Amino acid sequence: MPSTESILRTDNLSVYYGTKRAVTDVSLDVPSNQITAIIGPSGCGKSTLLRCFNRMNELIPTASTTGKVYFHGEDLYAEHVDPAEIRFQIGMVFQRPNPFPKSIFDNVAFGPKINGFKGDMAELVETSLVRAALWDEVKDRLNASALSLSGGQQQRLCIARTLAVKPQVILMDEPCSALDPIATLAIEEVMRELAEEYSIVIVTHNMQQAARVSHYTAFMMTEESRTGILAEYGESRQIFTNPRDERTEAYITGRFG
Amino acid sequence: MGAVQRTEIQRRLAWRKRKSTIFAGMCMLAITIALGMLAVLLIYIAVQGYSRVEWSFLTSFPSRFPERAGIQAAVLGSIYVIGIAGIASFVLGVGAAIYLEEYATRQRFTRIIQINIANLAGVPSIVYGILGLEIFVRSLSLGKSVLAGGFTLALLVLPVIIITSQEAIRAVPPSIREGGFALGASRWQAVWHLVLPQAFSGILTGVILAVSRAMGETAPLIVMGALTFVPFAPDGPMSRFTVLPIQIFNWTSRPQAGFHEAAAAGIVVLLVLLFIMNAGAVFLRYKFGNRI
Repeated sequence: MPSTESILRTDNLSVYYGTKRAVTDVSLDVPSNQITAIIGPSGCGKSTLLRCFNRMNELIPTASTTGKVYFHGEDLYAEHVDPAEIRFQIGMVFQRPNPFPKSIFDNVAFGPKINGFKGDMAELVETSLVRAALWDEVKDRLNASALSLSGGQQQRLCIARTLAVKPQVILMDEPCSALDPIATLAIEEVMRELAEEYSIVIVTHNMQQAARVSHYTAFMMTEESRTGILAEYGESRQIFTNPRDERTEAYITGRFG
Repeated sequence: MGAVQRTEIQRRLAWRKRKSTIFAGMCMLAITIALGMLAVLLIYIAVQGYSRVEWSFLTSFPSRFPERAGIQAAVLGSIYVIGIAGIASFVLGVGAAIYLEEYATRQRFTRIIQINIANLAGVPSIVYGILGLEIFVRSLSLGKSVLAGGFTLALLVLPVIIITSQEAIRAVPPSIREGGFALGASRWQAVWHLVLPQAFSGILTGVILAVSRAMGETAPLIVMGALTFVPFAPDGPMSRFTVLPIQIFNWTSRPQAGFHEAAAAGIVVLLVLLFIMNAGAVFLRYKFGNRI
């Protein structure tokens, strides 16, 4: 649907937890170098869909997937694909900041180190922290524990940690839901700058946030027996000002959800 | 009206406070009894063994003359046996715990294993002695050696070490692993770099506490065939040996009062060794726990 080139694409994707279906027949094109937001009421499968893009969902023992997910046109779930390699190219930031109980420096250096990075680690850590707009706040205490940072700083550290492995896509699972409004704005500012170079998919509960930062918005919802359907997908401006689907309109005007 | 209500509330509050004080008093009594018994035991032992705790006691071998009897063979035997038991049970126990917590997926299968490990922790120690005798001494032909004794005690403490290690590993929040996986870490890298460093102090505490309990074990080693009179220091893993509790038991069963003093002194030595090991556990826990 989006006019620009797509980087991730799902084709009739359904996800099951045991026999319960959490995402139903979603076909979605994620455009390259744009911010795509996924919105919808609780339990509509937003996070599940997001976690299919880097195969994190398969860490849940009961989860299974049907349909296809393509990354640059390649089947992500093909047999020869190593999920670790995928996650190296498609990074993820979680709902609650989850820094490792290590120093700030080691948090950022962790990804490159385990992936066998051989270059100048100090420089890589610095550029990653600069991009996540955290450098100025931590440059004098890189050896301090990451757990000594505030929640908003921890989340930016998690973004820096993801950037350090140089992914092409960054998935964000409600990255601001545990943060206050000021920390949220800082993260949104970082996202806008990152969008010039990365493709970002963000799941959010916050419709204002989706309207503020995203170029494209997908609205997911649950209908009677069908959990996690994609109700409408389009440019954010259109979705938020002139939704074509009446269910989208009902949701964004606050009549349900 | 208001005043009446207030006195009613005050009355109830006073009763609640009194109950709280009574409860605190009972708890204090419990700890006083527990510590008091321990103190009496320690003082009794110290007074009885006081005259014998000296350097020559540590460097002498057993003798049929109580005043010449020493404890060197038993101390070295205990250190050898516990060293082997500690290393073997640490490697096996932590490995098993990592497998069960991080790798095992077949739910029912792991649950059966889990229940059996818990059951094994409750098996009387003498049964492990019989097992050690059959497997290590006879089947593997290790003889009644330090090595066989260490392995027997390792088996004895293994279930406890597996369970405490599993608990320490489970206490590491799943979000830490997820963070690692999201950066492309393999299961091994997530376990080695993220989970184990955080679980390490808990694992270590469990291992040291379990092993220091094993240090006081007598029955399995007697069944396995440890000696009671050893006039030589163990000179290698295949050497025959005795351990402190066996030596102490041997002395207490002699009629001469001098041997009873030696036994008390032996208990002091055993307690000091245990204290050193527990202090080591506290130190390591502090060192690794505070790293970040």
